[in-house]
Amino acid sequence: MASSDEEIVVGDPAAPPVDSPPVASKRSVELVVYLCLLGLAALLAFDNWRTGMGWESTGPKAGYFPFYLALILAGASLFGIVKELAARAKDSETFVNRDQLGRVLQVLAPTVAFCLLTQWLGLYVASFLLIAGFMALVGRIAWWKSVATALVFSVLMFVTFEIAFDVIMPKGPLEALLGF
Amino acid sequence: MEAFSLLLYGFGVLLTWKTLALMMVGLILGIFVGVLPGLGGPNGVAILLPLTFTMDPTSAIVMLSCIYWGALFGGAITSILFNIPGEAWSVATTFDGYPMAQQGKAAEALTAAFTSSFIGSLVAVLLITFLAPGIASFALRFGPPEFFAVYLLTFCSFVGLGREEKHKTLISMALGLLLAGVGMDTVSAQLRMTFGWSELYRGINFLVAVIGLFGISEILLTMEERLALRGHAASISLRVVLRVWKDLPRYWVTLIRSSVIGCWLGITPGGAIAASFMGYNLAKRFSNDKESFGKGRIEGVFAPETAAHASGTSALLPMLALGIPGSGTAAILLGGLMVWGLNPGPLLFVEHKDFVWGLIASMYLGNIVGLMLVLTTVPVFASVLRVPFAAIAPMIVVSCAIGAFAIQNAMFDIWLMLVFGVLGYVFKKIGIPLAPLTLAMVLGSRAEDNFRLSMIGANGDLRVFWSNGLVGSITTLALVLLFWPAISRAIALVRK
Repeated sequence: MASSDEEIVVGDPAAPPVDSPPVASKRSVELVVYLCLLGLAALLAFDNWRTGMGWESTGPKAGYFPFYLALILAGASLFGIVKELAARAKDSETFVNRDQLGRVLQVLAPTVAFCLLTQWLGLYVASFLLIAGFMALVGRIAWWKSVATALVFSVLMFVTFEIAFDVIMPKGPLEALLGF
Repeated sequence: MEAFSLLLYGFGVLLTWKTLALMMVGLILGIFVGVLPGLGGPNGVAILLPLTFTMDPTSAIVMLSCIYWGALFGGAITSILFNIPGEAWSVATTFDGYPMAQQGKAAEALTAAFTSSFIGSLVAVLLITFLAPGIASFALRFGPPEFFAVYLLTFCSFVGLGREEKHKTLISMALGLLLAGVGMDTVSAQLRMTFGWSELYRGINFLVAVIGLFGISEILLTMEERLALRGHAASISLRVVLRVWKDLPRYWVTLIRSSVIGCWLGITPGGAIAASFMGYNLAKRFSNDKESFGKGRIEGVFAPETAAHASGTSALLPMLALGIPGSGTAAILLGGLMVWGLNPGPLLFVEHKDFVWGLIASMYLGNIVGLMLVLTTVPVFASVLRVPFAAIAPMIVVSCAIGAFAIQNAMFDIWLMLVFGVLGYVFKKIGIPLAPLTLAMVLGSRAEDNFRLSMIGANGDLRVFWSNGLVGSITTLALVLLFWPAISRAIALVRK
């Protein structure tokens, strides 16, 4: 018979509290996004106008299609802006609260650092540092476990991609030292 | 009967040790991906795509599609045992699946979910086997105007029939089409929207965008939530399986209804999410005992799972026959096709028989093997959830980076992936749908090329899109669907 009574429980030591103060409302984020898109649309429309958005003897020029798409994008963004401005500000939901933002940055910042490190140290060393650091510092997992996991994962990736599947990744001084 | 012999041929392609091994690897990876929080079908396929870059197309598609089946099966495990839908289309499965688990009937619920997924997929694969070749050979007669009309139909039906706010769908689609246009223009060889930045000359790769939009953004979203979870462990015994299967014929109406809904919504861009909810709601409406739904009724697991999987599978039909993906995952598979050097579209059935029939055969075999696999290994995969997210998150980030880099060997793409990750996070939170963007990016340049080729052929006369019955009716249908919300409102007003 199925042993359905056994439970699986996974804790979250760094879980954010539920009642954290809001940082931004959904409405304001939406407005910012629409404004950015509007700016982008204007930029792209200008660029495509410069490329040539008209017709020539053989049909539309290179800028024709994207020019009108930029206009559609601008129109839809404007509609969004008007709609959000017309809605009452009070009713807006929270986009992100302070603890949530903190948690997102906890992933985003190491990811940015990882991308930077990949440029200097190569992908495999950077991934070792990312995994070990993230597990230990953010996940509060014992150092030895973090380092061991990171080492196994990075080596496994190296063997899989570099050796077994011939997919070339950015490499750095360590790999050069090892003769790859 | 021709389809049947071609299918046998497909099995012949498939039955080599190497392909079968890849299939197993794909399924296991897929279930793994489906069970892990913050990863699902499209993400898994996008992240694991680079593994296939050096394979031949048939092995590659077999492995990728098996990752997809695996992810679909895996999604049900977390929905039922933990009340955490791994994917939006598993939400309806939690309604009755989780209550069943709480009542100690987790094994029954899981068996029901896996079995109905299998049935749903099977119906859809049968549909693909017998319908796709016909559609493809019909589409061989298409010229540029017809193709453009079909693309237009796809885009318009997304805007007109989608559940999201119209301007948000439109934004997502226009942005996707614009991004697809960056770089070298294929018709005139002019550079567009690059602003003299050499990294942009080769264009913005669709797969890089997908890995960011689905992979990285999902990590950010998952991290934001509380990661503590509590659920049931379960193993499935043969007796439970046989008991559920014995009762199966009693629910034939539900199964057939959900399969039909699923197939229909999968081929049209309605999608698996709508299908699962519709399957569930209709089963509830036609039931004699509506009250018991939501309290752990097995029919409430059968209905959404069958529909979701029928839809997820049949989304591959337009992809194979016309080169138009019916879902986000299908769009990614289509992106894969291009990486492997195949040209999606009706010619696939003529030029790459191995590939097409190998894929179709793998759908049958993959689903059968997948069913056996999940039924026997549920406890192993459920315990994957014990692995802390702090260990999984950085590994996924690394996998995403590997994926993004491998496509064009460009460091710039890793940064681009990061930008798309943040974009996806913000878009998801303010309700701008990502599926239209994905679809637009993958179809964008071909839609434009066909438009311009039609224009060149017709000397710039837009009436070419109404020049014969076929293209005229497709174009008209596209416009009707685009303005469908307004039209249906007008009809309602007139009726009053």
